[in-house]
Amino acid sequence: MSYAPTFAHTRQRRGDLSYRERFWQISWSLVLLVALTSAIGPIVLYSAAGGSWEPWADKQAIRLGVGLVLMLLIAATDIRFWLRTAYALYAITFVLLIVVEIKGSYGMGAQRWIDLGVLQFQPSEVMKVASILALARYYHGLTQEEIGRLIYLVPPLVLIAAPAALVMKQPDLGTALMLLAGGVIIMWLAGVRLWVFLLGALCVPPTAVFGWSMMHDYQKRRILTLFNPDNDPLGAGYHITQSKIALGSGGMFGKGYMNGTQSSLNFLPERQTDFIFPMMAEELGMMGALILLTLYVILILYGFVIAFRCRTAFSRLVAMGITSTFFLYVFINVAMVMGLIPVVGVPLPLISYGGTALLNLLLGFGLLQCVYVNRDVSLPKRGAFDM
Amino acid sequence: MIPRTPRDTDPTRIFTRRALLLGGGQAALMAVLVGRLYYLQIIESDTFRRAADRNRFTIRLIPPPRGEITDRFGVPMALNRRNYQVSVISEDIIRRARTIDERITAVNGVLRHLGRVVTLPEFDIERVLTEVRKHRAFVPIPIRENLTWDEMARIQVNKPSLPGILIEEGLTRFYPQAELSSHLLGYVSSVAEEDLMDDDDPLLHLPGFRIGKQGIERSYDRPLRGTAGARRMEVNAYGRVMAQQVTREATRGQKVALTIDMRLQEFAARRLGEESAGAVVMDVHTGEILALVSTPGYEPNAFSRGLTPDEWSALSKNPRAPMINKAVGGQYSPGSTFKMVVALAGLEAGVMSPNEYIYCPGHTQLGSHRFHCWKRGGHGAVNLVAALAGSCDVYFYEIARRCGVDRIAAMARKLGMGELLDIGVNGERPGLMPTRAWKLATRGENWHPGETLNVGIGQGYVLTTPLQLALMTARIANGGLKVMPTLCRQTPDELLAGVPADRTLAAAAPESLNIPKAHLDLVRFGMWSVINGGGGTARRSAIPVPGWELAGKTGTTQVRRITAAERAAGVRKAHQLPWEHRDHALFVCYAPYDAPRYACSVIVEHGGGGSSVAAPIARDIMMEALRLDPSVKAPGQELAIDDLPPRARELLLAAYESFTPDAGGANGTAPSDGAAQPPAGGPQGGVSG
Repeated sequence: MSYAPTFAHTRQRRGDLSYRERFWQISWSLVLLVALTSAIGPIVLYSAAGGSWEPWADKQAIRLGVGLVLMLLIAATDIRFWLRTAYALYAITFVLLIVVEIKGSYGMGAQRWIDLGVLQFQPSEVMKVASILALARYYHGLTQEEIGRLIYLVPPLVLIAAPAALVMKQPDLGTALMLLAGGVIIMWLAGVRLWVFLLGALCVPPTAVFGWSMMHDYQKRRILTLFNPDNDPLGAGYHITQSKIALGSGGMFGKGYMNGTQSSLNFLPERQTDFIFPMMAEELGMMGALILLTLYVILILYGFVIAFRCRTAFSRLVAMGITSTFFLYVFINVAMVMGLIPVVGVPLPLISYGGTALLNLLLGFGLLQCVYVNRDVSLPKRGAFDM
Repeated sequence: MIPRTPRDTDPTRIFTRRALLLGGGQAALMAVLVGRLYYLQIIESDTFRRAADRNRFTIRLIPPPRGEITDRFGVPMALNRRNYQVSVISEDIIRRARTIDERITAVNGVLRHLGRVVTLPEFDIERVLTEVRKHRAFVPIPIRENLTWDEMARIQVNKPSLPGILIEEGLTRFYPQAELSSHLLGYVSSVAEEDLMDDDDPLLHLPGFRIGKQGIERSYDRPLRGTAGARRMEVNAYGRVMAQQVTREATRGQKVALTIDMRLQEFAARRLGEESAGAVVMDVHTGEILALVSTPGYEPNAFSRGLTPDEWSALSKNPRAPMINKAVGGQYSPGSTFKMVVALAGLEAGVMSPNEYIYCPGHTQLGSHRFHCWKRGGHGAVNLVAALAGSCDVYFYEIARRCGVDRIAAMARKLGMGELLDIGVNGERPGLMPTRAWKLATRGENWHPGETLNVGIGQGYVLTTPLQLALMTARIANGGLKVMPTLCRQTPDELLAGVPADRTLAAAAPESLNIPKAHLDLVRFGMWSVINGGGGTARRSAIPVPGWELAGKTGTTQVRRITAAERAAGVRKAHQLPWEHRDHALFVCYAPYDAPRYACSVIVEHGGGGSSVAAPIARDIMMEALRLDPSVKAPGQELAIDDLPPRARELLLAAYESFTPDAGGANGTAPSDGAAQPPAGGPQGGVSG
């Protein structure tokens, strides 16, 4: 056995690599794939603005550049840093969530962000990543017997439910749904007993009834129109109807880049954010839509492969948590614009115009890379005490 | 070998299993997305493509210019005039207003400036600002319509300081003769709810579209209207037009050439002046109507722009009924003008010989009723010609009694009375030609012999229109040919089908009514005698031109019964009665006597006497008709007034000179012709001859 690789391998396992060494361990094919997918964003936004960099494509391109750098910086970090600070990050984000909630209820409007000048920081978006880290750390510290014990279900349920309830109250149904689903997926992968999920499934109908009573009228209308959007073509069903027209009229090969009538004539609402998928599919057709979906699937597969390659529960759960959250973005947005589920306001990941979501996603991919880079590092059961 | 970190085997296996299950679930959901994508983009693609086009394109109609109406020589009687309207597009004043008030302020500023260029009432400014608030910034808001050329030019000059101000061109209907032909031509006005009932032309839904409401404009509306063009517009979600293309040009409405001679129409209308009257001039050989006048008229151009409530109430409250077309819709007792019909019926029935003399003592007795002749002392012994010339009532009482009402009615119908002639001017009424059967059916009563006597002098139930009287005269004059009155050589359907004027039904030779020439000659000689004979009632109304001899018949009908007390007191002077109680004056005639060309009927409501009021008017109209001779001579070939004999020239010049705005006032004098008195207890008291 040759010396050098064994040496490097050992150092890697022990977590002794320098930042610079870790940097070169990054999966550059994944970086390329992320960059390629997210580059579609400015291109589509250029068309959405009627062939203009303003007002969306230029800003999105800058954010993308910043985000990709951020992703690379995070990718080469030591994973033990994230393990150690997981709870702290969660706590800070949760406090910020309460702050914007208080601010929002005083400030009359639905401004649930903190203005940092260059970008608007949305704690609810960051919470998606923070809760993954916190849950992963929690289950990383438990033995298999402990996971099976009822009392150990309480902390993760609180960790999931508390931010979800706050976000639901904002009201941001889409983010709340993603927080819940992301948390449940981690519990599932951590090995929580099956009967817990069965019981949870039984609890869904009463919860749904309770949730319905808590919902705002506009949210109720959105769900109702899902089942029959044609009933109210100019009111609540307008979004879905126009979105389906845009998609359907695109056909196999689309109307051509910058030739979408639904979007250029403003029939398609929110074509730069939540409804960017039909805008793209109108111009580029089913072929374009399938290429994008394929890119998404490859990204998700990368996530799965990385998760399987990991030696520790924390790494695996972080990788799968991020991958699953990414999947939820894709599924909820695409299903929503195609009229399969209610319009809940989830952007198309990496493509839709909007700073927080993009940076948050790239932060997530940075963490995924970080997991990959640190795939062989062994982590102590109870936090990171040896750093 | 450095020992490797042992994997936590049990949890790892659970993780792998569950991660694969999760992956499977995600793959399944992805498949659902792709399936849905396939359904929307491939299977239902056509549906959505059509939906996208529906979103995108709207069809806008292009209104066609309305067809012209001309007289028989192509002189326009109804045409389209350019009209300018000024609108404002607020977006062109202020591109991106942050608030609505900012936009209103900007528009207000421009409107104030416009108000210094053309008159702009405060009311209009307020209305425009309200509209601006209601509509999107790119929608043009009309400010004022019907700008004069001068105003338009002033706005054009000030264009640089009037941003967002737009001048649009439109067409409005214009009637050069204004009220002189108003009943004949009718007018156009906005589409009403009932117009949509049996007409699915999409043009009718176009804002501001006008359709014919009366007269020729109404009956020939379809050919005049033309067909709509279409413009395909690409619009965005807010309705802003992004691009447009004309897919079909509008087809101009067809030109409708009437048989009217506009010069004669104008002359007749002016000659009737302010009277409440009707007149019809007809070519006796073809039935073509050369003039169809009802006075007073109304201003049809006012209808094109829209009437004010005041104007409307003035029109509808006028006792002279300017909205009623008296020439076709006024039903009057024909009075003595009916005597030709009775004479022909009597001759046909063979109940009298032309040379039989009947003695007129001034009245006749039927049972307990006494029937008076208009001439108190009576006419003495009269034969047919003398009875017609002197309009002897007693003679015709006797003929009617012998003949019976049914045979009179049959002759009247033969000559075109008592039924709709359907010349294409709405408001036409059928008149009434009573028979025994009619009375039994409508009143459930038997016919009284006394009623036959009343019919004999054109009274009682008999009602006719000026059009029917002119037609009756024409059919007598042309030797008993069944000509039909025509206003246009083509029917609306023929026009739409493109049948040329010389191949239409109207051009067909009229059939004969089978009235013996000898009978007609007798009656025509009687009519000649009315004007040219010794005892004629209209001797003063002869045409003093050799070869233009007039033949006619006077008529005077009372509008209310004269009581025995009044008769005794002798209060019968027209000028002593209120206008609405005066007699109707009638006159029918044709000329020239020996070679008839034109027939004419004139009715002057409450005018006084047929011979004193109606006959001179008819004489002037006939003289002008013969001078212009529109059936054969094109404009320019007519006889100059100066070439007429001096007496005739004087008459015509006097007529033309009287055509001042206030001309044509009451010429009312006492009735001096065949005004017969109904018996005191007569069946029909309202009207009398």
